[in-house]
Amino acid sequence: MPADTLSRTLSALADPTRRAILTRLRRGPATVTDLAAPFELSLPAVSKHLKVLERAELIERGREAQWRPCSLRAGPLREVADWIEDYRELWERNWQRLDDLLAELQRDKRRATPRTTKKKGRKR
Amino acid sequence: MSTSKMKIFTHGENEVVVTRDFDAPRALVFDALTKPELVKRWLYGPEGHSLPVCEIDLRPGGALRYVWRLPDGADMGMSGTFREIVPPERVVHTEIFDQDWTGGEALVSTVLEEHEGGTRMTMTIRYASAEVRDMVMRTGMAEGMSAGFDRLDPMLAASA
Repeated sequence: MPADTLSRTLSALADPTRRAILTRLRRGPATVTDLAAPFELSLPAVSKHLKVLERAELIERGREAQWRPCSLRAGPLREVADWIEDYRELWERNWQRLDDLLAELQRDKRRATPRTTKKKGRKR
Repeated sequence: MSTSKMKIFTHGENEVVVTRDFDAPRALVFDALTKPELVKRWLYGPEGHSLPVCEIDLRPGGALRYVWRLPDGADMGMSGTFREIVPPERVVHTEIFDQDWTGGEALVSTVLEEHEGGTRMTMTIRYASAEVRDMVMRTGMAEGMSAGFDRLDPMLAASA
């Protein structure tokens, strides 16, 4: 997924009202009035959120003149899930490397300070 | 494969707690977490990624700035501010991604304790809301971080 599209999707998701709208749309299409109902927001304010979601291609709006139902487009959300998957792998590799680094730093320290107090001169 | 040494659990409404043990003295772990030249060696992500920007001004009010470069050339940036630093035991900082996909900044408190010959790290991440915290846990990011540690024990045993 191109990074700029991902940014648009993530920015769209970075608002709790928009996330709540998407959650509602998972249950099925809804009109702007339906979507505005749970919030103390004006219809224009909700419409602004819908424009952001539409630009991010997360929702589709119907063409009927009297009402334009909004419905969810799952594609970008699946792609975000893939990106999160990558993010998870990123952290897996990070922790692995940190362990490698710590082991290496300790090996370097041990090499730099040879032991002189052990049983070095003792013959059996 | 040995069992994971890492644990992740929720705490309160907004928090995720990550604990993880390292086979290294606390001062060394503290350095590896806070010195840019060391952080760059492990925090850069999968192959093909890099960490071209790694700025750590380790003092109260100091700035934290990471930018990861992804294989397609795009950048993913994160900024933060340090609140509290007590070497080698504690660092508290805020952080937020440029894309702000966690709906606001997170407050991260990292505590290191000497533990059974090594160091136990406890990282408490407080998200902006319960909703964000739950999203983080649900995406499996927590399980992903845990799985990473499962691979570490054999590597540590081999290098001992």
